[in-house]
Amino acid sequence: MIPYLAKRLLEMIPTLLGITILSFLIIHLAPGKPTDVLTEMNPKITPEARERLEKYYGLDKPVYTQYGLWLKRVVKFDFGESFSTDRRPVIAKIWDTKQPLVERRLFITFVINAFSMLLIFLIAIPIGVFSATHQGLFSDKVTTVTVFIGFATPAFWLALLLMMLFGIHLGWLPISGLKSMDYDTLSVFGKIWDRAEHLILPVFISSFGGLAGLSRFMRGSMLEVIRQDYITVARAKGLHERRVVYHHALRNALLPIITLLGLAVPGLIGGSVIFENIFSIPGMGQLFYMSVMTRDYPLVMGILTIGAFLTLLGNLLADIGYMLTDPRIRAR
Amino acid sequence: MNGGMKKSPLKIYWKRLRQNKLAFTGGVMVLVLFLVAAFASIFSPYDPNEIDRHNILNPPSLTHPLGTDELGRDIMSRMVWGSRISLAVGFVAVGIATLIGILLGSLAGYYGGWAERIIMRFIDIMLSIPTFFLILAVIAFIGPSIWNIMVIIGLTSWMGVARLVRAEFLTLKEREYVLAARALGVSDLMIILKHIMVNSLAPVFVSAILGVASAILVESALSFLGLGVQPPTPSWGNILTSGKDNIEIAWWLSVFPGLAILITVMSYNLFGEGLRDAIDPRLWGTGES
Repeated sequence: MIPYLAKRLLEMIPTLLGITILSFLIIHLAPGKPTDVLTEMNPKITPEARERLEKYYGLDKPVYTQYGLWLKRVVKFDFGESFSTDRRPVIAKIWDTKQPLVERRLFITFVINAFSMLLIFLIAIPIGVFSATHQGLFSDKVTTVTVFIGFATPAFWLALLLMMLFGIHLGWLPISGLKSMDYDTLSVFGKIWDRAEHLILPVFISSFGGLAGLSRFMRGSMLEVIRQDYITVARAKGLHERRVVYHHALRNALLPIITLLGLAVPGLIGGSVIFENIFSIPGMGQLFYMSVMTRDYPLVMGILTIGAFLTLLGNLLADIGYMLTDPRIRAR
Repeated sequence: MNGGMKKSPLKIYWKRLRQNKLAFTGGVMVLVLFLVAAFASIFSPYDPNEIDRHNILNPPSLTHPLGTDELGRDIMSRMVWGSRISLAVGFVAVGIATLIGILLGSLAGYYGGWAERIIMRFIDIMLSIPTFFLILAVIAFIGPSIWNIMVIIGLTSWMGVARLVRAEFLTLKEREYVLAARALGVSDLMIILKHIMVNSLAPVFVSAILGVASAILVESALSFLGLGVQPPTPSWGNILTSGKDNIEIAWWLSVFPGLAILITVMSYNLFGEGLRDAIDPRLWGTGES
């Protein structure tokens, strides 16, 4: 098991390198330059000043040299300085050690995504199992149609509808930000509740797409397993149906689901741009949106690299989970 | 498979699709949406860009069935014209993705070796990048024109097709008829095109149909964020943006365009999945759908 894990860890390095090379090329070869934004905002900037700026940022060098310099710094965990007027290091923008943990952008995005992932698995797996064990019955058809509708619902639209319903119409939930204006005056429990309240809609929205997809997948996986001979054997030897479903079938049907855990990460991270934009949440997605609008190359690269790293980490965790559950792989 | 052998596969597909009510409905809806987009001028009561200062943010009424927006433009007309954008983006993006996927997938599946290793690693890399981030960055840099959006979505969504085609090639290239063709000295290109590709087209077609649905979703999300189709050109996503801006006073701006996206995406998904079941010989004669 350990050699296998080590091999997987080593394999992550070339993939991560490939991702950064690809992202770097795309970002730097796209027409236009970050200095365009500066000159747009201040037309008085002379071509000479512009050249000086480009030289200062190292943008006058060939792309491969720039990548080499970037990589050299990143190995030391330094993503460079943001192009924005505050010139702060990229790391400090994403993970601001001067702020409390709950205010750091990466933490905020991570927490919301982690909750979403948890919610997806807690809800989707029972739905899938239920649907599969009631295959063809009316209840299965209702769930299947519901799942299909859910799968086709654009998450940002659902967000708007829920904001209208719970935020404006009923006034039950806050619809923007992470805490209320009077947050500082609240008691400890009041503060916790206030934060939780602000998280309900974002977490639900960001888990929504995965919810439908995963329960559909779970149903298919379960149906596949129930057809197998060993399930027939288990039933034939007189085991209780519940034991057959939850002990024999579910365990095997869960195996392919674990792999999805890793594959779901990029979708969740990508979705964070949308829901952080809608709910005005100061997370990494919102920062990314701002960074692409101002062509803040170091920040864009930093966030893309961290996003890719989290994805690979998700894949690795999925692999470990797979190993822990599947004895055939554990033996290798 | 009693007697079904004599019928052409297309006839069997058609018969099985007819039996699956949901899939058939999906197919009909796909057709209807096509007609609406094709004859947009007939289906829209007003000019989609006609500004009417006297009827700003009107709720749905007889004169404006789906209401008007903050400039007094008719929402129904804007949605009808917006369907053209969605379908165009969906189809062109999927066309690009499918071509790339077929090319790389068949190279990897047929030749194996280092070509396969490089291509599969490339796919792994593409799958590990949060694609939506990449799309956002590129669109923000090169500018949000409809052509750019089509190309970028296409360039970032070919991985599934490539994997599918590779898997098909891996199984098909060992078939006896392919080995026979090779023994007869048929060139690689002819084997790939005439003997293997033809037989793997059905699943590729299904994944393309499903791909249209997800491309439409991505386009609407981009337009909603202001990085997609730019106003005044109407698109479902950018109508929703004004829905968000007027969320407290104009529910119709948010409700209807989203419903249109939902119905379109669901139609393509139902049709695509039904088609997948219809062409899956393992399900023939089982009545399962």
